[in-house]
Amino acid sequence: MNILRILVTRVFYAAVLLTAVLVLNFSLMHLAPGDVADTISQSMGGADQELLDQIRADYGLDQHFVVQLGRYIGNVLTFDLGFSFFYNQPVTQLILERLPATLLLVISAQLVALIVGVVLGVISAQKPNGIASHFVTFLALFGYSAPVFWTGILLLIAFSLQIQWFPVAGMRDVTIEGGFWVKAVDVAQHLVLPMITLASVFFALYSRLARAAMMEVLGSDYVRTAKAKGLRERTVVYKHALKNALSPVITLAGLQFSAVISGAVLVEAVFSWPGLGTLAFQSIIARDTPTILGILFFSALVVIVGNLLTDLALRLVDPRVGGKK
Amino acid sequence: MKHLLKGLAAATSLAAIVATSAIAEEPKRGGTLITVLGSNVRNLNSAVQSGIVTGFPGAQLFASPLRYDENWDPQPYLAETWEVSEDGLKVTLNLVKNAKFHDGTPLTSEDVAFSVDVIKANHPFKSMFAPVESVDTPDAHTAVLNLSKPHPALLLAMSGQLMSIIPKHIYGDGEITDVKAHPRNNENTVGSGPFKLVEYKSGEHVILERFDDFFIEGRPYLDKIVMRIITDPAARAIAYENGELHMGAFESLPRIINRLKKVDSLTVTPDGYGAIGPLDWLAMNTGGDGPLSDVRVRKAIAYAVDKNFIQNALMQGTASDSRTGIHPDSPFYNGDVESYDVDLDKANALLDEAGFPMDGDSRFSLTIDFGWPGVKPQVEYVKAALKKVGIDVEVRASADFPTWAKRMGEMDFDMSWDTVFNWGDPVIGVHRTYVSDNIGKGVWSNTQGYSNARVDELLEMASVETDVEKRKALYAEFQQIIADELPVYHTNTLPYHTVYNTEKVGNPPIGIWGTSTPIDMTYLK
Repeated sequence: MNILRILVTRVFYAAVLLTAVLVLNFSLMHLAPGDVADTISQSMGGADQELLDQIRADYGLDQHFVVQLGRYIGNVLTFDLGFSFFYNQPVTQLILERLPATLLLVISAQLVALIVGVVLGVISAQKPNGIASHFVTFLALFGYSAPVFWTGILLLIAFSLQIQWFPVAGMRDVTIEGGFWVKAVDVAQHLVLPMITLASVFFALYSRLARAAMMEVLGSDYVRTAKAKGLRERTVVYKHALKNALSPVITLAGLQFSAVISGAVLVEAVFSWPGLGTLAFQSIIARDTPTILGILFFSALVVIVGNLLTDLALRLVDPRVGGKK
Repeated sequence: MKHLLKGLAAATSLAAIVATSAIAEEPKRGGTLITVLGSNVRNLNSAVQSGIVTGFPGAQLFASPLRYDENWDPQPYLAETWEVSEDGLKVTLNLVKNAKFHDGTPLTSEDVAFSVDVIKANHPFKSMFAPVESVDTPDAHTAVLNLSKPHPALLLAMSGQLMSIIPKHIYGDGEITDVKAHPRNNENTVGSGPFKLVEYKSGEHVILERFDDFFIEGRPYLDKIVMRIITDPAARAIAYENGELHMGAFESLPRIINRLKKVDSLTVTPDGYGAIGPLDWLAMNTGGDGPLSDVRVRKAIAYAVDKNFIQNALMQGTASDSRTGIHPDSPFYNGDVESYDVDLDKANALLDEAGFPMDGDSRFSLTIDFGWPGVKPQVEYVKAALKKVGIDVEVRASADFPTWAKRMGEMDFDMSWDTVFNWGDPVIGVHRTYVSDNIGKGVWSNTQGYSNARVDELLEMASVETDVEKRKALYAEFQQIIADELPVYHTNTLPYHTVYNTEKVGNPPIGIWGTSTPIDMTYLK
């Protein structure tokens, strides 16, 4: 029942949030000088005034702002995200084609960052002043401070050019023939570098947090008791301490989920990953309002679902959360 | 590991090439060409969407009446033969009899007439077919274009991507202006060109395969073309270098061009962009009553801005000198004009003469705009160069292209860095910048507010002069005037380069239209 109530409130918040996202961004897009007719003309090498006017009339851009906004919100209420001005395709179709690629990248990067971050964090917490700990700190600082596009290009030069292990761009090699597994391996090969690039930023956060949380837990009374009972070090660390050290990491991971999605924009641009990030970037440059709003709508949805999953995960590791008060 | 295997395969095929290279090179049938588009495709239908991105797939999917060789001579394509009447008012196209669309329907003169209508209604370059009043179709394989006045630009406008013949039986199902947004523009697109559409995935790739019923016997040579969409120039560079891409065009970053030139397996060439004609220039708003309305001030600016520095330091030697509004590769180019080699004394003298004496270390101030981050160095350089002659320049950034385009279109600027394309005949892409009846009509119109009765007259005469030599003389005089009055200070060509793997790609498209041309003669070695 508890979960159901959470779901209902969450859906309500989500609706409010989504409306705000749409109205605010629609207004912001409208405030900027120039519009999509200009970028269409740019893509065509120039157009005369007559054609620009015609394009504006076709897309209703010559109407009053309030009329445009009202029409847009009306469409969204009927679950119609409209037509992309720039690509002449239904926005929903455009986004659904790209969503799987982004989800694959974001979720795998988040998982890798979490797992590697926690493992390294725990290892360095056990000997906070050891060489391994310093090395992890160095990696974390490096990953956190290096801009992702730079890390991406660096990895490309190292692993696609110098040692040709991984392909440069895209998500698949269309010349490859074969069954599901052949193609899955191909996608996995394409995924490695962008995933590492994106994970490198968040790995830093998780490993630092896991290290701090673990050190705190390791100094607590019940761990001393466990050790005094004669339990093996490993059992103490991984069975008793880890579970308690995990909850702040998971909370942060949930909060960071939206940051991972925005990080994906840059990573996708560097690796030509055919996801929402590239589409978002191009649509913003093209002033393609319906597409941008559609993407924001979907990303807001993904973040909301991500946060919900985080809550559920927290309940699993820490029974105190959400328990009867 | 896959890549290791690829390398091994490449090594063995290299051995095979070395073994057979003693024999004269014969085009080979078959293979998949992996190539690249630098941005996402908006629309595959090149009859309603111009531009270099659509041009590549567009020219493979759709055939045009003519094509051009690298000497700017028209060659038969869909039109076996063509003739222009004595008075220049009738252009007759005799179409090949075996041309078919990819769905099997024969291509007829009806499709030509229909395409002219669609292009006239939707294509941004109105001047291409503006004088075409009607198209007669006396029989299925003859189309006669009736003109209101002689129109020498028509021949180039019937080649490359500019006149794609689209099927009437598919696109003729609604209003003619609706073809812009026709559902078949990106899906199941059907033309009569050498390649047919397999799949277009937005942001990922365009895949084309050989059209077996193509009207030229034995062509195309390639079985398949994969056009990957890779927007990041650095990633494209790595992909050329490690062999993932066989070929690509429109690379324009000097640093990357020079790096790729050092790679043994690659050929990097600036050839093939004459008709597209991309030019970089410093635009000056001559309208209004500010300092720039005085031609002496504009000349002073040209003498103060060192174009050698732009060409050699900023463009790192990849761009060539261009002194007028016509691309240096065009037969109409006249380079015999004032070149404005840097001369600060002259610049100072001109400014004094114009009535702007030095007050302390400054005479007056101007703004300079730029529309995309790539040309920021040029703009910053202009600021520094003009400071030396006492002109304070404020750089105005634009958040994005539309912001800048709006400023240009409304002539709300003093100076701006700009890149404009010739698009074939000067009538299409050159006149628009200088004729006085096109002042302030959106971005890439005559945004300089420039007006000169003799220029108007010359360009009007050139647009109807059918004798090539006389036309050249008209354009030569036009270029003299422009270089003398400087509504635009022309500095260099935009350094577009085509990159291809020397050992793999035979006969790459380096004619006059770059990749906006059918590549039915390109093959894989």
